[in-house]
Parts: sequence; C-alpha cells; structure tokens
Amino acid sequence: MAVAVALLVGTLVATGFALLLGRSILRQIIGLALLSHAANVVILMAAGLRGGVPVIGVTRGPLTDPLPQALILTAIVISFGVTAFLLALGYRMHLFGGGEDGDD
Amino acid sequence: MTREITVLPPLVIVVPLLTAVLLLVGPPRRVSRTLGLAAVLISLAVATSLVAVTRGGQVLVAQAGGWAAPYGISLVADALAALMVLIASLIALVGLLFTIAAGRDDCFVASGWQFLLAGINWAFITGDLFNLFVSYEVMLIASYFLLTHGTTRRQAREAFIYVAINLVASTFFLFAVALIYSATGTLNMAHLVERVPLAPAGPVRAGAALLLAAFGIKAGVFPLYFWLPHAYAIPPGGIAAFFGGMLTKVGVYSLFRVFTIVFPSEGPNVVLLWSAAGTMLFGVLGALAQEDIRRILSFHIISQVGYMIMGLALASQLGIAGGIFYVLHHIVVKSGLLLVGGAIEETQGSGRLDRLGGLARTNGPLALVFIICALSLAGVPPFSGFFAKLLLIHAGLAVGQRAVVAVSILVSLLTLMSMLKIYATAFWGPGTPPRAPARLVVPAAVLAAITLAVGLQPQVLYSLTSAAAGHLVAPAAYVSAVLGR
Repeated sequence: MAVAVALLVGTLVATGFALLLGRSILRQIIGLALLSHAANVVILMAAGLRGGVPVIGVTRGPLTDPLPQALILTAIVISFGVTAFLLALGYRMHLFGGGEDGDD
Repeated sequence: MTREITVLPPLVIVVPLLTAVLLLVGPPRRVSRTLGLAAVLISLAVATSLVAVTRGGQVLVAQAGGWAAPYGISLVADALAALMVLIASLIALVGLLFTIAAGRDDCFVASGWQFLLAGINWAFITGDLFNLFVSYEVMLIASYFLLTHGTTRRQAREAFIYVAINLVASTFFLFAVALIYSATGTLNMAHLVERVPLAPAGPVRAGAALLLAAFGIKAGVFPLYFWLPHAYAIPPGGIAAFFGGMLTKVGVYSLFRVFTIVFPSEGPNVVLLWSAAGTMLFGVLGALAQEDIRRILSFHIISQVGYMIMGLALASQLGIAGGIFYVLHHIVVKSGLLLVGGAIEETQGSGRLDRLGGLARTNGPLALVFIICALSLAGVPPFSGFFAKLLLIHAGLAVGQRAVVAVSILVSLLTLMSMLKIYATAFWGPGTPPRAPARLVVPAAVLAAITLAVGLQPQVLYSLTSAAAGHLVAPAAYVSAVLGR
C-alpha cells in the first residue's frame, strides 16, 4: 500500500511540474493544484496506514492520528483560495488581450 | 508570569486582522486612514512592550485556545520575535504614511496592508511549524493581492510568476512538514528541539533540506532568487518598501529560527556559507547591470540577504547576533531607499536613470535622505550598516572563514559603486526636475534618522540582538518556557 501511495505521489509531482513548465496559464494553474494534492497525500501518509479507527466516540483499539487530517483540511482550504485567485488573475490577463499564452 | 502579559503576543495578530476585515466594508477615506494608522500604532506599541519584557531573557508564551503545548498551537515571543515584530510594525507605519501621502490607499489596499502585517507578525511569533505555513499563506495571499491591484498586463504576468514560485515553495514546505511529522510525531518547535535528535535521520534530513529550499525561495537566497527583482519592480513605492523591507526577511527569520534551534549546525554550515557568498555576489552584479532605480534596489535586496545568511551560516553566537543586527539594519535602510525611489517615481513619473537628473539641485532633503541610506547600505561609518558588517566580518574571522569575509568586503565596495551610480546620474546630472512634496520625503527621512541613530549608539541594538542570538544558540530557556517545565 505504501509503495502504491509513493508511486501516486511521484506521478502527481511529475505531472504537476510537467504542466507547470508548459506555456499555457491554465495548464500551469492545474499543475500547481496537482502539486498541492501531492503534498496532501504525503501528509496523509505521515500518520501511517495502520488502519486504526477514528478518535470520536471510541475508547479502545488502535486509533488513527487525527492531526494530519486537520492539517490536510487546512491545506486544502488554502490551496482552494489560492487557485481561485490564480484563475482570476489568469482571466484578467486574458481580458488584457493576447490570449492565455504565458508569453509576453 | 502574569496573565495580562501573555495576552500581548496574540494582539499583534488579532488587531491587524480585525482591522483588515473592518476596512473591507469600505468606510470613507478619512475613517479608513484613522483605523489603519491606529491598528499599526497599536501593533507598534505592543511590540515595544514585548521588546521591553523579553530583553532580559524572558520568553512570553500564549497557548492558543488554552490547549497546552505540544498539543495546541503556541504563540511565542522571545527576544528575536519581539524585535522582528517591532521592526515590521515600524515599516508598516512608515510605508502606510507614504501610501496615504501618495493617495494610493483605497479600501482594498488599506485592508490588504493590515492582512499583510498580520501575516508577517504571525510568522514571527508562532511556535509551530504548520502554523508557520498558515501564517506564510496569510501573508502571501495579501501580498499577491497588493501586487496585482491595478496592474497592467505585463505586470500581471510578472505577478503570476511570483505567485507560482511561492506556491511551489509552499508545496515544498508542506512536504517538509509531513516528513518531519512522520519522523518526530510533533510540529511544535520547542518539542522538535527535544525530539529531532532522537528521530530517524533520513526523513529528518530530507525534511530539513526541503525546508531550506522553501525558506530559501522566499528569502531570495542563491540560487533561488531569480523571481525577486521582477516582482518587486511592480507595486507603487509605499507597498514596495513594505515588500522589499519585510517579505524576504520573513524567510530569513524562518531560516534563523529553524536552522539554529531545530536543526543546529556543528561549526560553520558549509552549504549556507557558499550560498551566502553566491547570494551576495550575484545580487550585487545583477544590480550593477540595471538602469532603473527600483530594479537596482531590488537586486540589492538579494545581495544583502547574503550577508544575513552569512551570519547564520557562521553558527556562532557572535555570527548570529551580527546576522540579526544586519536584518534589522537592512530592513530600515532598504525600506528608506525604496521610499526615496517611490518619491522619485511619484513626482518625476519614472525611475529610469536615463530620464532622471539634477534631483540634488531641486530636492536637497531627498538627496540627503538617499545618500544617508545608500552609504549605510554600503557599510560606510557612522551609519548602522558599518557596524552590521563589522560584526559579521569579526565573526567570520573568529571562526576562520576568510574566503566569505573577502567576498563580503568586495561586495560592499560594489554596493557603494552601484549606489553612487544612482546618485551621480539621478541626483547630479543635468535637468531641473519638479520638487517632491515634504509628505513624500518625511517617511524615508524617519528611517534615515534611525540608521544614523543606530550608527551612533550601536551597542544598544547589539545588546538586544546578542540576547536574541543567545536564545537561538542555547534554546533551553525557549523550550522550557513553551513546554511549561
């Protein structure tokens, strides 16, 4: 399982950087979003995949560490906000003319 | 420690944040100016009392939400954090006065200004690695907004690059947080000080390397500085002074915080030392090639960050104290220079050297302020820059790092050359340009007066930075204060 997740993270990072290096603004934004997803998956892995139960309402058995999930939730909100900002900025550049191509 | 005092650290975040939200409502100009200045003045007053309380070695800790460390988020004001909050509030005040004088403070800028100050203060006083990430994002989103507000297409493109680079750095930061958490099971910095030596070396080293890259990008350290001169050439003078003075220094501060107490270095840190030398040298060479005041000054930000990193890399108390001294000196002087640049752009319509000339003839006070800040930047006595460089050279020779000391001396000569180039073309030269109104000159003059005052009484600031460095070299007091032992 850990190997599969590692491969997933590698794919996300590689795809993200590949898109980021392209010329189109939209692709760059998608690339940045993929990078932040990769980071979120790594944080999830930081808790370990022990198959524990959630903390709420349980007193026995192996519990899952709730902190990484809180971290991911925060990171998702931030990356959502920034992505929205980037899309607005990209749209503004589009309005200025010259299409979405990132070349000056 | 009394209850009233531990209320102080969160105030420097809460007051600007609340004001920022209030200002978004769009009150009339006079109300929004009063509110904005009042919030910055409160932050300045609180920071002054923080410095007064922490200078004796006391560490103020507020546990957010009442959750005890290491489970909750700790807000920690030690000597270093207090000094940084003080300087951030000062630059916020001076920059805001300039922005108001230039009439560029609509309600969005006024609100963004407060969000930015809140994020910067937050980054200084947080004691938690993930919370540091959140504060960075608060600060960066405010900076994205201030950078792109009212831009042209070309500027929007350069701002896009700034946002993208910072997002990549934030992703590195998150990867580092995950690795460090998986190895140590904590993100509280004081707790990390205890746990990192016991943790498996592999993930910790990888996490440290990623953190170095993330902070390095934000601080503009060689070889990660390429984005900076473009971004800082975009916004108008007051905002540029706040950006150029503070934003990279938040990255520098984080390097000082994390790479001393959490990942201490045995002896001089070779990687940081070489990157410091590269930062100094390539920054100043870039500056020499530019023909626009703002771009010259932006390249000097990079070059000067090299000196600060040199202090950190020397890893001795003297080196770190010199580095902190340099950070504080640089913020004052660089913001002063950027405000002069802003005043020139506001009154002359351009900052390009080939369109300027004769400013000294019609703008005597502006020329005086510029030359004080420029000489201080280059390290000429009796200004603060001389003592900042002297401390670093002394610290460098004390641990036998002659090569980096030689680079630092060469770079200060080149800095002087580049400053004199601005002076010789823009302030001398032909032409009788219009006079800049006093309200645009006074904010920069305040900063010039501070660099002169620090230069005349350097031991006052040195005793403060030395105490701050002591906490970083021997973090036991910091750790016991945060963890409540």
